Amino acid sequence: MIIKLEIDRWRMGLAAISLLFSIPVIVILSSVFHGVGDNWIHLVDTVLADYVTHSLILMFGVSIGTLSIGVTTAWLTSFCDFPGRKFFQWALLLPLAVPAYIIAYTYTGMLDFTGPVQTFLREWFGWRAGDYWFPEIRSIGGAISMLSLVLYPYVYLLSRAAFLEQSSITLEASRSLGMGPWKSFFYIALPMARPAIITGLSLALMETLADFGTVEYFGVSTFTTGIFRTWFGLGDASAASQLASILLLFVFILIIMERFSRRQARYHQPLGRQAHAQRFQLKPGRAWLAFMACLLPLLSGFALPFSQLLIWTVETAEEMINDDFYVLIINSLSLAVVTSIMALCLALFMGYGQRLHNTMFMKFMVRVASMGYAIPGTVIAIGVVIPFAWLDNSIDSWTRDQFDFSTGLLFSGTLFALVFSYLVRFLAVSVGSVESSLGKIKPSMDDAARSMGLKPLQVLQKIHIPIMRSSLLTALLLVFVDILKELPATLLLRPFNFNTLAVRAYELAADERLADAASAAIMIVLTGIIPVILLSLSISKNRYEP
Amino acid sequence: MTKPILQMKQIHIRYGSHHVIKGVDINVFAGEIACLLGASGCGKTSLLRSIAGFEKLSQGRIQIRDHMVNDESMTIPPEQRHVGMVFQDFALFPHLDVNHNIAFGLSRLNNNEKNQRVDELLEMIGMNDIGDKFPHQLSGGQQQRVALARALAPKPDLLLMDEPFSGLDVELREQLASEIRNIIKQEGITAILVTHDQNEAFAMADKIGLLHEGHIVQWGSPYNLYHQPATRYAANFIGQGVIIPGQIIDQNTINTDLGLIHGKVPCGCRLNCAVEVLIRPDDLIHDDESACQLEIVNKVFRGAEFLYTLKINDSYSVLCLAPSHHDHPLNSYLGISLDMSHIVVFNCAQHG
Repeated sequence: MIIKLEIDRWRMGLAAISLLFSIPVIVILSSVFHGVGDNWIHLVDTVLADYVTHSLILMFGVSIGTLSIGVTTAWLTSFCDFPGRKFFQWALLLPLAVPAYIIAYTYTGMLDFTGPVQTFLREWFGWRAGDYWFPEIRSIGGAISMLSLVLYPYVYLLSRAAFLEQSSITLEASRSLGMGPWKSFFYIALPMARPAIITGLSLALMETLADFGTVEYFGVSTFTTGIFRTWFGLGDASAASQLASILLLFVFILIIMERFSRRQARYHQPLGRQAHAQRFQLKPGRAWLAFMACLLPLLSGFALPFSQLLIWTVETAEEMINDDFYVLIINSLSLAVVTSIMALCLALFMGYGQRLHNTMFMKFMVRVASMGYAIPGTVIAIGVVIPFAWLDNSIDSWTRDQFDFSTGLLFSGTLFALVFSYLVRFLAVSVGSVESSLGKIKPSMDDAARSMGLKPLQVLQKIHIPIMRSSLLTALLLVFVDILKELPATLLLRPFNFNTLAVRAYELAADERLADAASAAIMIVLTGIIPVILLSLSISKNRYEP
Repeated sequence: MTKPILQMKQIHIRYGSHHVIKGVDINVFAGEIACLLGASGCGKTSLLRSIAGFEKLSQGRIQIRDHMVNDESMTIPPEQRHVGMVFQDFALFPHLDVNHNIAFGLSRLNNNEKNQRVDELLEMIGMNDIGDKFPHQLSGGQQQRVALARALAPKPDLLLMDEPFSGLDVELREQLASEIRNIIKQEGITAILVTHDQNEAFAMADKIGLLHEGHIVQWGSPYNLYHQPATRYAANFIGQGVIIPGQIIDQNTINTDLGLIHGKVPCGCRLNCAVEVLIRPDDLIHDDESACQLEIVNKVFRGAEFLYTLKINDSYSVLCLAPSHHDHPLNSYLGISLDMSHIVVFNCAQHG
């Protein structure tokens, strides 16, 4: 009797959470069955083709960019020895700390007509306006470069891990069969790492599809900007969510690609533990090339934009660092702290529920609840606002009828909607961390604690949480930083007059006050460095490393 | 006889369509150390875990002392069963030191009583000075003793041990087995262990239950299991030996290819029945003077002794232990004589 009740508690709870957090996706997908409105026909006739082609060009370009930077640097740092290798192996992750929209503002400021680069060229060569051609950063090519510069670390991280897991034996076998080092790389190392590389690429492409700030700022019309415009400009929720459902189709293809290659990756693991291959000792000339190949992405993806932001921040400090700025920081921090703690509690409930009752049902429910990780913030925002607005209107009209009293927007116009959409988007991050660290605790721990008189929840409290402490902290931090960086959902759902760092940076940049945007932007980048440090620490703990 | 501490009646355990335990009855009496012995996959661990409450019964009843803990209508959760368990991987809590690990199940006591009990147990396992160490600082054998102390601390009605020695070095096992047996006996605790290793079972247990394909094949003392195996499976699983055909001459004689075997024949048939006779290595004595000389087809050096495989004819061979200074070359002949204190036969109903 006792046990039966308990099962129901976990099951019901998990089912409720999953249902709640899948509402946005369900709302978006069900919009496909809405009638076709005038705005939709207008969209199809005019801009839909642009959205599709631009998104495809963007994805293609970012694939080339992230693959060439990511795989090259991963190969160099794992198979070759050259000065600075140890520094680069973690520093190459730093661009991950810079959100794409921030690097886009920064480069615009650096490269536009009045920026330092063109000014320098004019002074050096004595040119004047119109005398010379200079690439336009605010273009689809510019967007591809910006996104590639900050998204290549995904490819770098996963392919490097795959390269490091490859055993020396396989490569030695290839060498002994007459293949040179280059051929061995192309015929052995690269194909073996392929699933990991594709996993990294699909993550980078998901971010590309989700990007709003960069393409909006560069005036490239893609799905995310289109959804935003249809929603704010035309005020047509139905057409916006129909657009969003097409975007979701793209996302689902990427999810399938990612899942499939992750599964493949398992079969590409070496059998047993073997030593990592000896690194090639590069000759000075080649070592120099390798050094430059690693330095360039680091410079252009992190060091240069970061320095520029720093200069701007110092220049504008007097004007920008004021009480408003502190309010901004407090808003952002408290929002991120509260939401990440909530995400962690939910993840603990789900992870532990799944551990207690490891059934297909529970697994499925956890997967459903953490579906949001690949879904662009714009899409989630639309999927959140539609049902909440309906709910608000229903409550409001009911209280008016009954009590002649207007409640206003209880959910959709408050922080509630924002926090909820963050949870939808980032719950997967904390669930993933909790699941993997719970998985490392042997089930006999639970049994031992139970046999010594602890109830299931006491086991979680006295055994699991203390053991998992550091990974729970990591989970908290990852979600915290993600929320701080998040732009489109915040922009769409924030209550009137509520600003965060990301929104403020966006607004100032949109007003061409690039230098003024720097102080907010640099705060985001600085917090973004935290997970990079955590990641690089976990890399340096890698058992294959000397 | 007194009432058993543990009574299991008609236990069935199923995983989906996989029927693991098919109707097992077990009684374990106060102060006994019982052992569930069986090959891997025979369901012995499932059976043990069902006593602790970690495994659901699909049928059957379990009673510990006077409390029904499991029947068709209800299951008492593990934390209310008052059963201690030592796990295969010890499952010491990595974030707690030895003192806190041992005190973990003592939440009802106050701090003074807790400390006193922990000291008592550390004394018992002979490790007074390791209380503030953490599990990862201990050797395998030390972890094992701490795990035992932790399970014993709340004075459980029943102590369960799941393959308690499998994580340890072979040399350590035997020493630790007798040490742990002494501790359990000293505490007067009723215990059940599970193992696939018959030597462990012999070293630890008062009673052994041999489990095969979801059934208890035989329940009895280690001596009986070895010398009076109830089935061919029991004879093959426990100890070494071969089974050769024979023919009953009268109630005290069987004729085999090894010659006439004398002793009480445990078989209803009086005359001319074909039976199978179990010959253990210790039933044969090396005797150079014997008329019975068999060819050595294999020999294994075991330190103190040689284990010879001797060919009777093209179909059958027997095993014989000889002190290791009796070193005979392969293919030479070894003289043996039979010394069977009790005859074990199978399939005795067949008439030939």
